[in-house]
Amino acid sequence: MKYLDSIVIGGGLAGLRAAIALNQRNIKVGVISKVHPLRSHSIEAQGGINASLGNHIRGGHDDWKKHAFDTIKGSDYLADQKSAAKLTQSAVECIVEMEHWGCPFSRTEDGKIAQRPFGGAGFPRTCFASDKTGHVLLHTLFEQIVKFEHGSERQQMQSFDEWFVTSVVIDDGCCQGVIAMNVVTGELEEFKSDAVIFATGGVGRIYGRTTNALINSGRGMSMPFWAGVPLKDMEFIQFHPTTLYGTNVLMTEGCRGEGGFLLNNKGERFLAFYDDSKKAMEIAPRDIVSRNIQKEIHAGRGFEDAYVHLDLRHLGEKKIMERLPGIRVLGLNFAGVDPIYELVPIQPGQHYAMGGIDTNINAETRVIGLYAAGECACVSVHGANRLGGNSLLETLIYGKIAGESAADYITAGGPPKKDEGIMKDALKRDEDKINKFLRSSGKEKHSEIKMDLNNIMDDKVGIFREKKSLEKALEGVRELKDRFKNIKILNRERRLNQELINIMELEGNLDIAEVIVMGALAREESRGSQSRTDFPKRDDENWLKHTLAYYTPDGIKTEYTDVDVSMYEPKERKY
Amino acid sequence: MLTSFSKEVSESFIPKIRDEWKMAKTKNVKGIRVMEKRTFRIFRYDSSKNESPGFQSFEVPAEKGMTVLEGLIYIQDNLDGSLAFRSSCRAGVCGSCAMHINGKYCLACETQIFALKSKTVTLRPMAHLKVIKDLFVDLKPFWEKYKLIKPYLMPGEPGPERERIQTADDRLKLEGLIDCILCGACYASCPVGETHSEYLGPAALLKVNRFVQDSRDNAEEERLNAVSGFDGVFRCHTIFNCQEVCPKELDPTGSIADLKRKIIGKKFGLSKIYK
Ligand SMILES: Cc1cc2nc3c(=O)[nH]c(=O)nc-3n(C[C@H](O)[C@H](O)[C@H](O)COP(=O)(O)OP(=O)(O)OC[C@H]3O[C@@H](n4cnc5c(N)ncnc54)[C@H](O)[C@@H]3O)c2cc1C
Ligand code: SF4
Ligand code: FES
Repeated sequence: MKYLDSIVIGGGLAGLRAAIALNQRNIKVGVISKVHPLRSHSIEAQGGINASLGNHIRGGHDDWKKHAFDTIKGSDYLADQKSAAKLTQSAVECIVEMEHWGCPFSRTEDGKIAQRPFGGAGFPRTCFASDKTGHVLLHTLFEQIVKFEHGSERQQMQSFDEWFVTSVVIDDGCCQGVIAMNVVTGELEEFKSDAVIFATGGVGRIYGRTTNALINSGRGMSMPFWAGVPLKDMEFIQFHPTTLYGTNVLMTEGCRGEGGFLLNNKGERFLAFYDDSKKAMEIAPRDIVSRNIQKEIHAGRGFEDAYVHLDLRHLGEKKIMERLPGIRVLGLNFAGVDPIYELVPIQPGQHYAMGGIDTNINAETRVIGLYAAGECACVSVHGANRLGGNSLLETLIYGKIAGESAADYITAGGPPKKDEGIMKDALKRDEDKINKFLRSSGKEKHSEIKMDLNNIMDDKVGIFREKKSLEKALEGVRELKDRFKNIKILNRERRLNQELINIMELEGNLDIAEVIVMGALAREESRGSQSRTDFPKRDDENWLKHTLAYYTPDGIKTEYTDVDVSMYEPKERKY
Repeated sequence: MLTSFSKEVSESFIPKIRDEWKMAKTKNVKGIRVMEKRTFRIFRYDSSKNESPGFQSFEVPAEKGMTVLEGLIYIQDNLDGSLAFRSSCRAGVCGSCAMHINGKYCLACETQIFALKSKTVTLRPMAHLKVIKDLFVDLKPFWEKYKLIKPYLMPGEPGPERERIQTADDRLKLEGLIDCILCGACYASCPVGETHSEYLGPAALLKVNRFVQDSRDNAEEERLNAVSGFDGVFRCHTIFNCQEVCPKELDPTGSIADLKRKIIGKKFGLSKIYK
């Protein structure tokens, strides 16, 4: 058994920021990640991170209140308004801190942090480092972690890279630690700890067409869910308008921010045909642009019924090489097109989960000592739709808040009862489960179940949703859960068994998918990323509320809670 | 080409359009799904077992647009669940999947199967690192060397209230230096690592230059001293392997040369010439 004061699960931006906050408070922290922190999905973020620095020539009158308003409006009024305000209020300080830590942001002519316009924002307030913003942010945080390691004599911060967390241990509403598997040896071990912070990222791989890394599975969210923590607003899935046709690698929103056009098969900038995007055109928010691309494809004005074109050619080689060099290489390597000279085939794809582990404004879940931050959490700041550049910001702001909340709790004494027996029981349970998988004589390949799940989610729980197909999806997901009971395994060894890990990831995917479909089916309105063709209007009277899904032994139960609308009154959303 | 990262150099980094990129275009396009069998010849070894290493061949139905990583996943899912390799982003940005592919270190996730000349795809793990299993190596020495060079900004004084000012020209010097994804391809390709295991290696030295070139860093002297010893820049024999293999088209050799010049410049008081 390992003993730590606090544990952070996840080496992405949210996890590392939380770890730094704990370290600054002199609390011993273990960072557990199934991949080396620098391989986390955060490294992939391209476009940028929002803060009302006002460095852009058109940004002089920007301030955090305007940023908060844009965030809330963008959320289609489902965000909790105080949480959104907390996010934007600390944004400038957060960016300055990252700069002081060495983050190489791109610069303006006068040497300040450069900013670019992003969808749904009243001012150009997205700070960036060309199109590698996630890369530079994650490297900067990791560098600070190395610095702390060098600086302290006591081993304050310990990294457990390539450890796969299998469950979180809760006793009497109080968190006691986690069980994790050493990926290389395959051995399980108990991690006893007063506080646990989940920062396990997104769940994109439930879908087939997704921009997310291969490691972004539903497992991270499913662990607290199984332990009784509700998941909030899971039906809200963001589809990014511009993912590369074929591999669905992301073409950043920066492409449109920098002036790219979207063209149909007649070469027209079709966003002008739609009421909700005709003014903002390419820089309208993501949900609107995604929907209008899909409509254009449905209307037969796409290519091969599957994609439209992104045109960057008019930006010219110089601007593309300076502002979007990574995009150019992705175009070359993954689609064989050079955006400097050619049109890029793009289609909308799953990109982000607005919902997640239910937390309050202090990143606390309903379980004492258990916290969540980053994409796996739902505070909620993004409501029904996230603005580009707000997610990276959330990882840093709420990662820090989670670390500080945990530090407060630990300094105040931590859990009233520290029980080691329950850790051993939990280990035994996981051990039994793994042995059952390893001995399984079933017939169902995990890769086939996963592919079927991906197809259901892509086809029936995508941008446009409707009762009948959602019902079919729910039925389908439940069938897959049955099939999962009959899982087949080729590799029965314990050591470095990636097939076993894939099976455990799939188990999480199936439950999270069920929550998504149930939420989408129950919510009979269209709001933000959820477009019900059978309920095309937003319905504040009945649905201005958060969905909460609970895991119970007899199936998933749904409840609803109020949205905090104490600052701005909900209005119709137009751009 | 041993110049530092001036404008001209960063422009010469513009990748040329290669034929193989064009070939990748047809992925999933209806009607032109071409399936062809390819043989994956993969290095197999399990360090926990008393068996000698060897190669095992698998038949993979490859289609246009399919990457080597997708081939490996196909094998793991369908043919042999015990195959071990690393992957995460599948987009050439996280640095997980560097391996030796038909004679060259590449990222498996951005290598198109059909772009390889041969019908056999031969895969080996990265050199100079202990194999844990198959293509999954122990990167510990690689990360330790990275940590050794103090890879964090040392500005020497607390920052102002707002961001530090860095001119666009100063920022430009960091292009090609901040882009390293720490995949280790250069480290594995460098023959010096073979004979001198303590050598810091190209990736760590490139990282040193990333901080030396940063106008906000104030620890040049310390950084140069740290790499002027036995295991540092002068170990480099300017073989250019690192520059050739780097999937991000970075130039660690150039960075090492920059550092050498700075060190010599300081030592002989020639810093006006050797900037
Ligand atoms: C391609 C792409 C581009 C994006 N660009 C932008 C952008 O420009 N601006 C913006 O604001 N947002 C962007 N986003 C969104 C943003 O990148 C993510 O929401 C954010 O990085 C999530 O960070 P995180 O720290 O919450 O999680 P992650 O970075 O995903 O980290 C999750 C961590 O949890 C660990 N983990 C998970 N499960 C387990 C387990 N069972 N055991 C142990 N460890 C585990 C993983 O190893 C990993 O370290 C983008 C997203 C994508 C897909
Ligand atoms: S310099 Fe290039 S090859 Fe070396 S680790 Fe960095 S990205 Fe990989
Ligand atoms: S999987 Fe990330 S670089 Fe290949």
